[in-house]
Amino acid sequence: MNLNKMYGLFLRHFYLIKSSLPRVLDLIYWPTIQIILWGFISKFFSIYSDFYNNTLGIILTCAILYDILFRSSISFNMLFLEEIWSRNFTNLFIAPLKLKEIIISLIFTALIRTLIGLVPAIILTSPLFGVSILKLGLPLLILFLSLYIFGITLGLFVSSGLMRFGPSFENIAWSSLFLLAPLGCIYYPIEILPNFFQIIAKGLPLVYIFDETRNILLNGLVNYENIKQAYLLNLIYLIFGIGLFYLSFLRARVKGTLMNMGE
Amino acid sequence: MTIPLQIIDLSKAYDAKEAVRNISFKVNENEIIGILGPNGCGKTTTIGMILGLLKPTKGKILINGIEIEKQRVKLLNNLNFISPYIELPKKLTVKQNLEVYGRLYDIKELRNKIDYLCEKLRLNEFINKITGELSSGQKNRVSLAKSIINDPSVLLLDEPTASLDPETGDFVRSFLEEYQKEKRTSILLASHNMAEVERLCSSVLMMNKGSIIDQGTPQELIKKHGRRNMEEVFLKLTRNLI
Repeated sequence: MNLNKMYGLFLRHFYLIKSSLPRVLDLIYWPTIQIILWGFISKFFSIYSDFYNNTLGIILTCAILYDILFRSSISFNMLFLEEIWSRNFTNLFIAPLKLKEIIISLIFTALIRTLIGLVPAIILTSPLFGVSILKLGLPLLILFLSLYIFGITLGLFVSSGLMRFGPSFENIAWSSLFLLAPLGCIYYPIEILPNFFQIIAKGLPLVYIFDETRNILLNGLVNYENIKQAYLLNLIYLIFGIGLFYLSFLRARVKGTLMNMGE
Repeated sequence: MTIPLQIIDLSKAYDAKEAVRNISFKVNENEIIGILGPNGCGKTTTIGMILGLLKPTKGKILINGIEIEKQRVKLLNNLNFISPYIELPKKLTVKQNLEVYGRLYDIKELRNKIDYLCEKLRLNEFINKITGELSSGQKNRVSLAKSIINDPSVLLLDEPTASLDPETGDFVRSFLEEYQKEKRTSILLASHNMAEVERLCSSVLMMNKGSIIDQGTPQELIKKHGRRNMEEVFLKLTRNLI
């Protein structure tokens, strides 16, 4: 793998963000609004719900963690969509880049985009609601990484669709995460779901990540079984996502979608 | 000596529709070959296959003697492409775009390379401007700079002077002539500008409905078909075949 080439692809997106204040503001705006909204809902629940008694930040923490997933996935998708919108897709795929170099570069670039959007919002929660996600301690890093991996995996799925089906797949890029939100059990335990949906939900790493978040906040203990389960599922989905990305590239070469991108 | 670009019995079909049918040709070192034909005749599909964007249904593409399907990424280091239908990122400055593409092609001493391209293609006056705010002629020169940033042994040009004013078009053609002599590059030129083809190309391939229907030097084709110039040859061949 060639670091210079991967850095080049990173620079292409870094320059884009750096030169545009509206883009930076857009990255910060939505996570901030989302977190402020959930901050007030969380405050209301903590006052009126027995379940959340004495755990003021439980919903807010889950909202922030869900936003890590949301932002990392959208950031990955956006890197592909930017190339389509700017009609630069062909230039990218005729450059001597291996697919793994593209994937690794986009993973790193998506991390930067995610952090630009989330860090200001996370900082705001402390003075506004007296809640700090950092209270999760070291497990926060493990949960963050797990969510980030799943976000990237979803990004790989959507980017594969964009490569294979072209810009018409764009709407799915935006809506894919909303489909997973109810099944991910972000704000409630899995038992709330009907039996059939519980079976599906158990196949998602999100259930274990958010269950563990609530467990840490409520009981102050870490159940590594949940974390292990989340990482195992993450690994399976990631391998599948990378495989799908390679397969979509091959299919796009057969179908000709790489030639007509940007229309 | 290895041939920079050799196409052997190449075909591409989309389901039942054959876009390119059993075409064979080669482009030697220091040679410009024109590829002509009406819209939809298979020129862009052929270029797409050479660039590795499309997988051929049948046949081989050899770049410097190596099959592109076997070493696509490695061979892309020796190729580059310019087309008015693809653009460089609009929000980046010219300098940023050249830096990005210089890195993607892993160019050593990139700063010197960018300075060289700026001087040759007169980019210095707008090097720090946003690419999307440039005129068509200026954008074309930037795309041209990107297309030779890796000193490709095979350069593919798809209508490189389309929508340019006569002065800029002439500048681009003169630059290509000079550059090709200096670097001994093999160039495949798809164009609808027949005067450009007559001026630049040592040989021409006429395509229609995915096949090569005639080939030769512009002079040979003009003489063979009893016409005054390539435009008349083009009209005769395409109209006779419709």
